[in-house]
Amino acid sequence: MSNSNKEYLLDFEKPLFELEQKLDEMRTINMTAVDVDLSDQIQALEQRVDELRTSIYKNLTRWQRVQIARHPLRPYTLDYISSLTTNFEELRGDRSYKDDPAIIGGFARFLGSEYGSKDRTIMILGHQKGRDTSSRKHRRFGMPNPEGYRKALRLMKLAARFGKPVVTLLDTPGAFPGLEAEERGQAEAIARNLLEMARLPVPIIVVVIGEGASGGALGVGVGDRILMLENSWYSVISPESCSSILWRSWDHKEDAALALKLTAPDLTRLGLVDTIVEEPIGGAHRNPAMTTQAVGRSIAAALDELGDSSDTDLITRRRAKFDAMGAYDTSGNGKAHSTSEAPNKVATSD
Amino acid sequence: MDWFKRQKKGIQTSLDDQIEVPEGHWTKCAGCAEIINQRELSENLMVCPKCDHHVRIGAIDYFNILFDDKQYTTFDENLHAIDALEFVDRKSYKDRLTDARSKTRMNDAARAAVGNIGGHRTSVAAMDFSFIGGSMGSVVGEIVTRAIRRAHDEKLPLIIISKSGGARMMEGALSLMQMAKTSANLAHYNELGLPYISLLTDPTTGGVTASFAMLGDFHFAEPSALIGFAGPRVIRETMGQDLPDGFQTSEFLQERGFVDSVIDRRQLKNRITNVFDLLITDGNT
Ligand SMILES: [Zn+2]
Repeated sequence: MSNSNKEYLLDFEKPLFELEQKLDEMRTINMTAVDVDLSDQIQALEQRVDELRTSIYKNLTRWQRVQIARHPLRPYTLDYISSLTTNFEELRGDRSYKDDPAIIGGFARFLGSEYGSKDRTIMILGHQKGRDTSSRKHRRFGMPNPEGYRKALRLMKLAARFGKPVVTLLDTPGAFPGLEAEERGQAEAIARNLLEMARLPVPIIVVVIGEGASGGALGVGVGDRILMLENSWYSVISPESCSSILWRSWDHKEDAALALKLTAPDLTRLGLVDTIVEEPIGGAHRNPAMTTQAVGRSIAAALDELGDSSDTDLITRRRAKFDAMGAYDTSGNGKAHSTSEAPNKVATSD
Repeated sequence: MDWFKRQKKGIQTSLDDQIEVPEGHWTKCAGCAEIINQRELSENLMVCPKCDHHVRIGAIDYFNILFDDKQYTTFDENLHAIDALEFVDRKSYKDRLTDARSKTRMNDAARAAVGNIGGHRTSVAAMDFSFIGGSMGSVVGEIVTRAIRRAHDEKLPLIIISKSGGARMMEGALSLMQMAKTSANLAHYNELGLPYISLLTDPTTGGVTASFAMLGDFHFAEPSALIGFAGPRVIRETMGQDLPDGFQTSEFLQERGFVDSVIDRRQLKNRITNVFDLLITDGNT
């Protein structure tokens, strides 16, 4: 806790923070005061801190996970690019209207050799949120306009032309619901990406690193492997908007988060996600380096798995993967279909 | 009256009973507030004879408008939604489904059929707004996907008629992935060189617009339909200002380059037939 900023403390972290502070004070007294030995008390408190930490983070509610997914100190796309790659060559603009800073991307050298694979050139792109007031505004809180999706598509087609795999990182509260976004065809831009990503002749690895809100996330989210960080969320709508529509009030976001089944374990059960990437206890923001490394290992493994697939096989299998997604009952012949029958696996960070 | 009568092969559905209109019934037009004879209205394909207001109609109604002699075969009527998320808001999804099924006598918000249109055998999927706001869940996604696949496998032209409030929240990420599933199958269908006509009707919004509805070779829209990604209320709140008149209408989208033609429902069949006549040369009937 000591390395995370107190002003960003989430409600449910407060009891732990207070206990940790007490522990720090005790340690200071123990070190500085003469004739005082608090070793026993410190040891007991350390144990309580450990227990509390475990009980909080092993029993996170869905809403608490949403809060962690939105934590302002959580690693963003640029953090992954700087820790997992070198030689990043950023590409900008959709070649038609303008550049959208809510989505960034470019070619880079993925340091696969550090994660049990080999170094290779990839196209890496994703939503980018800002860290302070001005960069948040500049990045539009990671909410792309149509030109963001069109830039992403341009980059992916470029990757295909050079035969380089694509890695996309999803972290958006949604596509920007603005007047100009509608005028320039937000829906068309997202739809076009879904179609083109479905037939891109190079491997695509998708990682949900934070918020995966609706079509705004899926617009760069069609791929051969879908990875999700342990405390990220992915659904058709945000808990707040869902609350506002179905409960006709903003007050039911926790109920909505529960109802939407939007966490990585939920999506794994529904057969929509291949791999959960474990986060450090307390969430990615507690140890960004450990988090990006875990993601690096998962990307490396996924790239190795997909490495030798031929283009047509790859596209056919990608389509089959999405074809299987859905849950319905064919009452006519008494056979139910659900993607949750699909096998899944969990990657660990150690 | 004529166009409502159905002599199709295959299963008769009870929807016929609902749309048989007795003599002497009158209705107030939502467009011009004139009192219109119901029978006159249905003979006019549910377009107001006074002001051309297009009354919202169901999937079966479009089948009857488009297919030659109202002859067609329906598919996938055995698909039923299940409550995979055990979703409960103020009402459970299970109850919503039960209510919607009994109210509409449909299984879900889309239907698929194959029949001839102007002599061209065509695969058609049509959404129906009366079932939970035409929202797209797993069943709608699967029905649309199978209609695309049917068109692909039998080498038929394709029409998808969109009419949707967007994704079905009660199916969470499962409903979101239907966007990817339908779009991936359209990518596959595109390889064939057969036309896909997307017909956008009132309303076409959210995840349906951001997937198959915007991926047609031809985008036809009924007049004055609401078409968009985000809802007008959300955009108004984001912008903190009123939206211009005609924003997110068919005509607006045509002007912005996202719709090829705004077409009166009474001309729809002729225009679709024209496209097929122009592009399908192998006598595929
Ligand atoms: Zn009228």
